[in-house]
Amino acid sequence: MKTLPRLFAACVMLCTAWTASADDLVARGRYLTLAGDCDSCHTARNGRAFAGGHVVATPFGAIPAPNLTADRETGLGGWTADDFYRAMHSGKGHDGTSLYPAFPFTSYTKVTRADTDAIFAYLKTLPPVKLANTEASLRWPYSMRSLMPSWRLLYFDEGEYQADPKQSAAWNRGAYLVKGLGHCNECHAPRNTFGAMVTEPFLAGGLIPVQNWYAPDLSMGPNGGLSGWSEADLVALLKNGRSQKGTAFGPMADVVIRSTQHLDDGDLAAMATYLKSLPERAPPRQRESAADAADLAKVGQKVYADQCASCHGADGRGKSEAYPPLDGNSSVVEPTGINAIRIVLSGGFAPATAGNPRPYSMPPFSQTLSDDDAAAVVTYIRQAWSNKAASVSPNDVRAYRSIPGG
Amino acid sequence: MRRLFRRLAVIAAVLCAMQAMAADTPPVPDTLVQRIAACTSCHGEHGEGGSNGFNPRLAGKPAGYLHRQMQDFQRGLRHYPIMEYTVGPLTDGYMREIAEYFSAQEVPYTLHDVPATSPAAMARGEQLVTKGDTARGVPACMACHGPNLTGVQPDIPGLVGLPYDYISAQLGSWRTNTRNTVAPDCMKTIVGHLSDADISAVSAWLAQRPVPADAHAEPAGSVSPPLRCGVLGGGT
Repeated sequence: MKTLPRLFAACVMLCTAWTASADDLVARGRYLTLAGDCDSCHTARNGRAFAGGHVVATPFGAIPAPNLTADRETGLGGWTADDFYRAMHSGKGHDGTSLYPAFPFTSYTKVTRADTDAIFAYLKTLPPVKLANTEASLRWPYSMRSLMPSWRLLYFDEGEYQADPKQSAAWNRGAYLVKGLGHCNECHAPRNTFGAMVTEPFLAGGLIPVQNWYAPDLSMGPNGGLSGWSEADLVALLKNGRSQKGTAFGPMADVVIRSTQHLDDGDLAAMATYLKSLPERAPPRQRESAADAADLAKVGQKVYADQCASCHGADGRGKSEAYPPLDGNSSVVEPTGINAIRIVLSGGFAPATAGNPRPYSMPPFSQTLSDDDAAAVVTYIRQAWSNKAASVSPNDVRAYRSIPGG
Repeated sequence: MRRLFRRLAVIAAVLCAMQAMAADTPPVPDTLVQRIAACTSCHGEHGEGGSNGFNPRLAGKPAGYLHRQMQDFQRGLRHYPIMEYTVGPLTDGYMREIAEYFSAQEVPYTLHDVPATSPAAMARGEQLVTKGDTARGVPACMACHGPNLTGVQPDIPGLVGLPYDYISAQLGSWRTNTRNTVAPDCMKTIVGHLSDADISAVSAWLAQRPVPADAHAEPAGSVSPPLRCGVLGGGT
């Protein structure tokens, strides 16, 4: 007669174990959505979590990110894990249509089935929000979804991440995160006429379309954008939003706030291990400086002494982690000059993170510096110390005066 | 041999001096004021306001009000690009700390120029501020902002000591839908009942109003707002 209680106990244990593993799956899924920075597109500003509505602006038109909550009519309520995997892995919607690559399935295809299942399990737990998706408003001919199969043929390599057995487990984990969920190359690469990212060389930096910030090269080797950075510097930037070598700003500040600061130290170190292995780069070919660049830089040196040196130092080496160095800073010397122009005009705070909850900030100079003086000081910092980048013009400054933060 | 020692001694002395020089570089002050240079460069180190009539005074405004404005910029309810950009990467706790800093500042008010305004318009401005216009559904400014227009803790800002340009720009921004807040937005309702001439009149009268000797905000609960306002906890 002892059988019944025993059976009951076994049932309870099994149920508990099953619930615990389901909880684990959901927790892992939540973590992976952070690694994928999903809510930066799928949560609208001031909107409900993952209910969509944020519009991704592209050079081809506006593409609204859809509702990922479990609402049956407007969200993923009617989706199965297979449907979700197909979207992530193959870039196909619920009805089989080709999704536009504003959704970075070109990177997410590397994510394993186990991980997409975990993400889907987490999304299923979100409170359903009824919020209908709006249609993309693309310009012709991009509005013809029938062009997508050709695009996919040219630019989409479907396939989960394949580990490189010659590399360490940490390297492979880092490569998996950087190339897959992290979708770093979606910004840190130039894009061609058809909006496809250039993958060779990988993570070599590029202008982010529409947002107009330059995402720098991520190589830590000679001539790389992060040359001179240690793996610890990179981990500090991803975790706290700042390091001794540089501070995250613009779209990267948002990535740190929403995504990377929440990743565990092991994963951040793995990403740094992988990025450390990116090859050295060819010496940069800079644009020619303007004929009056030397005069501009001379004016800029005075502006720098008056306005900038007290924080960034006359030697351009910055001060502790509060004020980043400008000498050798890839965002100062990147090819376009856009980052330096926009930071001079808009200033701003480093991202507030758990590791740096009360960040220091830089004054915006848009109200005090003329286009000429701003161009002069940017030209100066791009050519002072060891920096050897091309000058920028007052016209370049004028172009970015009206778009703080993008 | 002795020369070698002497050289070594000199080198050691120089190295020590260099190290001392390096140590002399003043460390970055670990103060809130140092951290918020992005705020103080336009609003003043003590929140006294900019010299140009558009960067408003923050000093002494109730902390709840200042915090709400930063939240509204962050959420895209209130629109002003440089402010939206500046508060974008901040946590709510940090914004609260910054709001409390400016709220606690005590600095003298400066009076700003008021554009030439006819006596009739001034009279209309005074009427709107002190009595309102019941026929048009406009309550008196004083009904919420306090009998001395110095604001009410913790959420209602003072209206004295503000430049004409700033006041009329804010009233205009409710009109053009670039300043919103949590519903119901009672200021939006009120501005909807004002004519363009009313906006000029009320801005001019407020801007010329002398700042009272005690410009502190009134204590919490000292007014009974005639409208239901989301910012005062009267949301749905």
